[in-house]
Amino acid sequence: MAQASDTQATRRRWLLLSPALLILLFAASGPLLIVVIYSFLTPGDYGGVVWKFSTDAWFNVVVERDFFDDTLSFSDAHLSIFWRSVKLSLMTTLVAFIVGFPTAYFIATRPKDKRDIWMLLIMIPFWTNLLIRTFAVMEIIRNEGVVNSLLIGLGIIDQPIQMLFTEFAITLGMFYVYLPLMVLPIYAAMERFDFSLVEAAYDLYASRWRVLRRVIFPIVKPGVIAGSILVFVPSLGAYVTPRVLGGGKQLMLGNLIELQFGQGRNWPLGAALSITLLAIVMVALIVYVRAAGREEMSHG
Amino acid sequence: MAKSRAFDVRRQTGFVPLALLCFAVLYLPIILLVVYSFNAGQSIAIWEGFSWQWYVKAWQNEKVQDATILSLIIAASASVIATSAAVMAALATTRTRGFRGYTFVFALINQPLMIPEIVTAVALLIFFAMIKVATGYTGLMYLIIAHSAFCIPFAYMPIRARLQGMDLNLEQAGADLYGTPWRVFRRVTLPQLWPGVLAGSMLAFVISLDDVVITEFVKSAGQDTLPTYMLGQMRRVVTPEVNAISTALLAISVALVIAFYLLSKSGTQTNRE
Repeated sequence: MAQASDTQATRRRWLLLSPALLILLFAASGPLLIVVIYSFLTPGDYGGVVWKFSTDAWFNVVVERDFFDDTLSFSDAHLSIFWRSVKLSLMTTLVAFIVGFPTAYFIATRPKDKRDIWMLLIMIPFWTNLLIRTFAVMEIIRNEGVVNSLLIGLGIIDQPIQMLFTEFAITLGMFYVYLPLMVLPIYAAMERFDFSLVEAAYDLYASRWRVLRRVIFPIVKPGVIAGSILVFVPSLGAYVTPRVLGGGKQLMLGNLIELQFGQGRNWPLGAALSITLLAIVMVALIVYVRAAGREEMSHG
Repeated sequence: MAKSRAFDVRRQTGFVPLALLCFAVLYLPIILLVVYSFNAGQSIAIWEGFSWQWYVKAWQNEKVQDATILSLIIAASASVIATSAAVMAALATTRTRGFRGYTFVFALINQPLMIPEIVTAVALLIFFAMIKVATGYTGLMYLIIAHSAFCIPFAYMPIRARLQGMDLNLEQAGADLYGTPWRVFRRVTLPQLWPGVLAGSMLAFVISLDDVVITEFVKSAGQDTLPTYMLGQMRRVVTPEVNAISTALLAISVALVIAFYLLSKSGTQTNRE
């Protein structure tokens, strides 16, 4: 009897799950397998693929291949784009931490009934369009933008500083759009923080810096790790921000991938690059899960 | 009290100015964007007086009209589909002891949050290109399904949270009174769940409305949504018309987010009573 109702419950459960799972398998997870297959095929002349096995795409990800036609061999460029993606993502994460940590601390130390409002102020920009926020940054830093106009108006400079279409612009933009992702988990970890611990530390003549480093930081560390991953991962795969603020001059991985499906007409290479990006992200996520797991263990 | 004012244990040097700077940085670009959408001149840096002209221009622009309608159709459809699927999935995964395959289900539902959007976009481009060749169909369904998929985790989260906080006894009572499962769901579960459903569908709507990357890769010719239309415009000389469109879109998002906030807040309050 119990057995029968168990099977029934199981059947009901999977029936209820089926629409969500079908949609996700069809339009999110399943197609990823096709990307893997495509990375082992030969590019078609006008985009698409020829169904012939080849590992060229995977070699082209990093290794330069000397064709007779020089314009086709830019693997050096690939490595520099990989490096730029990692470098700018790390910088974005660092700056977001430097600004996000004090902000989360600030919100967590407000009176209880005010915290939600401050958090809402952090979340509103996050839920608004990423393209629009990138565009807002673009308007400010362009040559005719507010920053340059102001500096020229004040007589500090007489030529506009070229900020748009630089690595600085991309980092600034990614920092701007992903900052809430840093604040959110740090705040969540800090909200439950017991400030009597800090009081105890001060009673033992600890300095403010020492309290911050030795008492507060270790306890909110899981939040910091989570925030860093949440900023690093989308930065690494960013497409819109480097496209708009890098202006096609400072490519990141996302733009390199897009290029293979557009002008590059090399779908297998684009597929191999996508899988590479996915692999890097997975490594970052595994590091995070490990770190979070260890934290949980050490704190009981 | 006097002591705490003299030595506040919560104070950290420089944190308050940094935090306030953070809020300024978050809002200043958006505020400037909105302000210059009302500029009478062509510039986005020199103020030449107030005018509605860019809103009028945007409103009369046929491409903007088409893109707006398409954006709303896709967002509404994706929101309804994702929310329905998420309600069912949440019913199946909450209030139960762990079951075989739970980790798989959880990973699958949250997958759109973890995998870089560009990778999903490329995967869909390839997959849908195959289907387009095979069937010849190039309609809106591709965009709607793709949007539904990445909206599911956003709809799922608030619904699941609401379900977990709900009282099982009422449903048990309903079943004891010989209510059919469907009747119990409609009369007992759904009314209690409603704030979560509403919140989830609003999040899904906003997420769909804002999407650029997946739409850019999946759309067929002539299927520009508002964000992909704007992305195309940004290559050219930008006039405050783009500011005007952005401001309108921002207004919708902010209104929905604040509604979501109030809704989830009232939800937790009734739970406490």
